Amino acid sequence: MNNSVANTGRLLGAALRALVVLTVLTGAVYPLAVTGVAQAFFHDKANGSEIKADGKVVGSSLIGQQGYGLDYFQPRPANGVGENSVNRQYTLILSGATNRSGDNPELIEWVKEAKAKVIKENSVPGYTVKAAQVPADAVTSSGSGLDPHISPQYAALQVHRVAQRNGLSVAQVRKLVDDHTEGRTLGFIGEPRVNVLELNIALRGLVEGS
Amino acid sequence: MGPVLAGVLQLLALIAALALAYIPLGNYLARVYSCDQHWRVERWIYKGIGANPDVEMRWTAYLRGVLAFSVVGVLFLYLLQRIQGVLPGSLGFASIDPDQAFNTAVSFVTNTNWQSYYGEQAMGHVVQTAGLAVQNFVSAAVGIAVAVALVRGFARSRTGELGNFWADLVRGTVRVLVPGAAIAAVVLVACGAIQNFSGIHEVGQFMGGSRQWNGGAVASQEAIKELGTNGGGYFNANSAHPFENPTPFSNLFEIFLILVIPFALTRAFGLMVGSVKQGYAILATMGTIWVGFVALMMWTEFAHHGPAFDIAGGAYEGKEVRFGVGASSIFATSTTLTSTGAVDSFHSSFTGLGGGITLLGMMLGEIAPGGTGSGLYGMLIMAVIAVFVAGLMVGRTPEYLGKKIGSREIKSAACYILITPALVLVFTAFAMALPTPAHSMTNSGAHGFSEILYAYTSAANNNGSAFAGLNADTHWFNTTLGLCMLLGRFLPMVFVLALAGSLAEQTPVPATAGTLRTEKPLFTGLLVGAVLIIAGLTYFPALALGPLAEGLAS
Repeated sequence: MNNSVANTGRLLGAALRALVVLTVLTGAVYPLAVTGVAQAFFHDKANGSEIKADGKVVGSSLIGQQGYGLDYFQPRPANGVGENSVNRQYTLILSGATNRSGDNPELIEWVKEAKAKVIKENSVPGYTVKAAQVPADAVTSSGSGLDPHISPQYAALQVHRVAQRNGLSVAQVRKLVDDHTEGRTLGFIGEPRVNVLELNIALRGLVEGS
Repeated sequence: MGPVLAGVLQLLALIAALALAYIPLGNYLARVYSCDQHWRVERWIYKGIGANPDVEMRWTAYLRGVLAFSVVGVLFLYLLQRIQGVLPGSLGFASIDPDQAFNTAVSFVTNTNWQSYYGEQAMGHVVQTAGLAVQNFVSAAVGIAVAVALVRGFARSRTGELGNFWADLVRGTVRVLVPGAAIAAVVLVACGAIQNFSGIHEVGQFMGGSRQWNGGAVASQEAIKELGTNGGGYFNANSAHPFENPTPFSNLFEIFLILVIPFALTRAFGLMVGSVKQGYAILATMGTIWVGFVALMMWTEFAHHGPAFDIAGGAYEGKEVRFGVGASSIFATSTTLTSTGAVDSFHSSFTGLGGGITLLGMMLGEIAPGGTGSGLYGMLIMAVIAVFVAGLMVGRTPEYLGKKIGSREIKSAACYILITPALVLVFTAFAMALPTPAHSMTNSGAHGFSEILYAYTSAANNNGSAFAGLNADTHWFNTTLGLCMLLGRFLPMVFVLALAGSLAEQTPVPATAGTLRTEKPLFTGLLVGAVLIIAGLTYFPALALGPLAEGLAS
């Protein structure tokens, strides 16, 4: 009995030492080395791909923002994000999805409302949005709630509204959208998309310049 | 080009990349676990542990090593979370409550990475990098070690010796996972994943004002999270979060990382048992199921049946624009057919049948191709069962790789395949029967049941993904899911090692004209059938109550 207790103790001791040594390697040396390389060679990306407009940081090109006024292009809905419930000394965005299923009454309601809103907001004199024109990404929340992109279809649908409200021609705004439309990587990876923040920065530049 | 064609091309590109990596990585893995040279850094580590890496262990000693290392891992990670409040480098985040700390510690040590916490608000730098990410490495290395021990059981004869656990653990970490993850992490940073140790800082916003953002060693954790089929996200949104998975390319790359070791291990297996064709037969089984599931998933997600998706015009809820439906389908299938559980889109908002496919993927036992190591040993257990069934049909003593599958062997294999379904079904039944657990559901009806079934399936199979509508941060779920993860990880390992021990003791029987040729397509067909039928018979009633009911109603 004593013998087996001693053996177990020895084994647990070896296990603890193994964990400590491997923690030094994989929990300290590895992340620090990667951070060193990242900071040296990819400084901007490693720190969150921040973008500036007029010398001021206005966000990250990777992180979608909410709350653009109607003069600007609108992002996707984000019904799944929340605020932190612990460590309240900070005000953090909790990334996340709605996790509602396809037959969930609340989701059905959200989608209907979003669709009506998209149609109403973007139908301007001389241009009426039809229900069939509204793409799925315009009325659904993304996985992260921080999707920085919208589909080119959703951007195209907003062109008339944005042009009218900013006193620009439709052709000008359409060109802006085209310039900010990214195709699939190598022609087949991912989906075509428009970065809303970058598009709105360019829009603001165009309005201020004209 | 339409999204469907783009999805198919991404799948083909992924298959091509995996095929290119298969032989070199498989050969390398076989060498790592067969050579008798030690690297200098490994010698230092062995000195630190105080273990002699050249001592051979019988299955019981090997198992004791696995269990001791895991017990210490759970305790260490539990303590680290409990003292976070006073730990420097933790952003001033509070300590984690006992039940959640237990759940999380077990979750990461068992390679599950179920998360009942929100990463961005709960875990500081030290717990993430020196606690959670460390287990991402070593739990994967333990998985590979156990698989290698089983392979040695087939390869060796008239000995009970299965190798040295400490040597297998250290080699897997030092020679495979650390270099692989380091390269992958740099690729992810180049795509835009963040890698810094900033505190929570203000970032200016377009419409004025600013928001508080987390920094973090995200890319380094993301790389091993996928490569080690772990799946625990730095952020709550996991690989849907743009800082974890910034571009369409990084997305495809992460799917590649998830799959590359589990597939390549079949080559290492073939080499170690002296016939690469045996490895190809296992590979073909895994590949067939994986491709079949991906195709089904793409079909149902592009068809987008379901009231909300019909109105929206596509199943885009919970999916990111940059990935689209095609790549999200490949990711979801790959993460649930392995023990990963990372998500780039949220399974709860998939179509009813799509959600069912993610569930069924886990219910197969995560063997196509499965987790790092656990996929290979799970599939080899199924091969033993398939050989046994074939033996019954023709009335011969079944053999696999020259080893007799006698009563001792088949008992181990049978216990292995019974454990996880028992855990899943019993705990789900209790959760549904008791009054309070159901309060955690976000959705009601069939989908609500699926949320709970998914949680226990994910925990017992050590997957970690969720129908995340379920609020799992309750005493009940933290505790029972923790137990499921523990039992679902270590009981099967006991039987795998017991099987390995009895196989290694045998004298091989020479192949005769009557021996079932397990390297032939016929056997692959038999094995695919055995995998699908066993899981199907076990889980069909539960699936019918959840995803099938939902899918057929829409």
